[in-house]
Amino acid sequence: MSSTTTMDLSRTARTRITDTVVWIVLASGAIFMLAPLLWMLSTSLKTQLEVFALPPVWIPEVPQWDTYVRMWENSYILSGFANSAIVTFSVTILGTLTCSLAAFSIAKMRLPYRNAIFIGLLTGIMIPFPTLMIPQFVIFARIGWVDTLLPLIVPAVFGNIIVIFFLRQYLESVPNSLIEAAKIDGASFWQIFWRMIFPIIRPAVAAQFILWFMAVWNDYLAPILYLRTPERQTLQVVIANMNVQYATQRDYPLIMGASVVALLPIVVVFLIFQRQIIESIALTGSKG
Amino acid sequence: MTSTATPATTGLATAARMKGARRKKAPLGEGSSRLHRSEQKWALAFVALPVLGYLLFILYPVLFALYASFTRWNGLGAMEFIGLQNYVTLLGDERFHQSMWNTIFYLLGIPIGLALALALALAMNRRLVGLTVFRTIYYVPVICSIAAIAILWQWAYNGDFGLVNQFLAMIGIDGPNWLSDATWSKPAIVVMMVWKGLGYSMLLYLAAIQAVPRSLLEAAELDGAGAWQRFRAITLPMVRPVTFFLVVTQIIASAQIFAEIQIMTPGGGPEYSTASAVFHIWRQAFQYQQMGYATSMAIVLGILIFIITLIQFRLNKRNSFVLD
Repeated sequence: MSSTTTMDLSRTARTRITDTVVWIVLASGAIFMLAPLLWMLSTSLKTQLEVFALPPVWIPEVPQWDTYVRMWENSYILSGFANSAIVTFSVTILGTLTCSLAAFSIAKMRLPYRNAIFIGLLTGIMIPFPTLMIPQFVIFARIGWVDTLLPLIVPAVFGNIIVIFFLRQYLESVPNSLIEAAKIDGASFWQIFWRMIFPIIRPAVAAQFILWFMAVWNDYLAPILYLRTPERQTLQVVIANMNVQYATQRDYPLIMGASVVALLPIVVVFLIFQRQIIESIALTGSKG
Repeated sequence: MTSTATPATTGLATAARMKGARRKKAPLGEGSSRLHRSEQKWALAFVALPVLGYLLFILYPVLFALYASFTRWNGLGAMEFIGLQNYVTLLGDERFHQSMWNTIFYLLGIPIGLALALALALAMNRRLVGLTVFRTIYYVPVICSIAAIAILWQWAYNGDFGLVNQFLAMIGIDGPNWLSDATWSKPAIVVMMVWKGLGYSMLLYLAAIQAVPRSLLEAAELDGAGAWQRFRAITLPMVRPVTFFLVVTQIIASAQIFAEIQIMTPGGGPEYSTASAVFHIWRQAFQYQQMGYATSMAIVLGILIFIITLIQFRLNKRNSFVLD
């Protein structure tokens, strides 16, 4: 009896020590993860002199909030925000609707040629964008869409195959009897979709919406292919160009400040919807 | 999808029978086939946009690319058919080989990142104070835009004033000028990729580990299995599907690395040591207007990625879509 208690005691003591060690490891790891981001923030508030000071200045003596004022002058950050918002919202809102309808059709309706359509779309996932980018560029160049936001919006409005498959999988768990009952009641398929299916799949749609939103907002390759005029560029391209432009003037506070501003909206969205985002990512991963 | 057939048919048959009962002597099934046809039309209408999008923005471009890869073409003028010449050139193109080798080097980040992520996930599976805060911190780089992150790390890798060397100086190491040094430029980019992707893998591992039944681990412990044995015999096999998913999706993603390279090393790095395959393709196509040749390289890269994706579909049982 007494020997088991001592064993238990030593076990809890051992667990406590391991827990402390693990906690310290996690905390130091967290410092490594945060350090670059904090350093970006701190650089943005330094004077030019402090940026190039040796030994390094970690925390600026007098924070130069002015960086966040002057970055808007002679820059395209504002139009970059507007363009990114136009692209991201139109793609995700219209695209999600397209994808939900398609998922409903594939999962729950008598779709002719379903297997052919399904396998066809499946092959679409396997072809990477870099293989398609040159022909797509030429196609859009021929119809005069280069240097507009349309090549970034239009193809995505036609739907995202990965989102369709994810929603289809989610719909599998919806009982068919529900839909049959609605059909017998004389509901049109649009009504069934809008009044019944869409509310049911809303959690899955929300998850995909957030992930898609972040992916489009952060996209870089397609925007630099198509957007030439500075005031038509999305935010990511704008800050990349500022990086090139101001690096020659060694104005690192401005570059870092612009990057902070570019990151801020997504980080705020993430912090607000953290639980949903993390859940949906874990779900997407486990569903493959 | 097989499951849809039975209840759907019975439901419609009931509907047809009800109609048949009302309209006397109407042949059974006529109403149902009319209903079927209307449903089929609606179903086709609902998938019309994705199917059209697939034809316009995937199938047509792929066929276009296949043809273009056999031509000499600057993107504007006429396409001159030259047979397999682009592919022959590609075999002897040192810059292309270099960019492919660089891309393979970047894949090194995957095992490093996965090992770290699994260790972190195991650590987070304990009952500790502040876990949600840690989880958020580790996850923040994942959601950050790659452009901003690349700009940040380019500056952090600055030889004289960058964060990395300032930190190394504190522990007495004189760091190189990372991105201007042909030896260190690729490892520098790998470190950045690991940093950015760590939180994502960690999260998926954590979800998988939490699904491991506690009773299994406890039973093993009673049988005298040590922590390492329990990890090897239970946890590791249980998280294998996640490992598999992460390996494949990250190979596909890393094989397409572009923004980091283009922003951090606009010229492809010292001695072209950082140029990735997509960077090289982009440069050939959009800076040097060698669209035909660039397309042939894009086809080669596309085939490689296609094969990897196919392996994922074939091997990952969770991913097998049931067809009827």
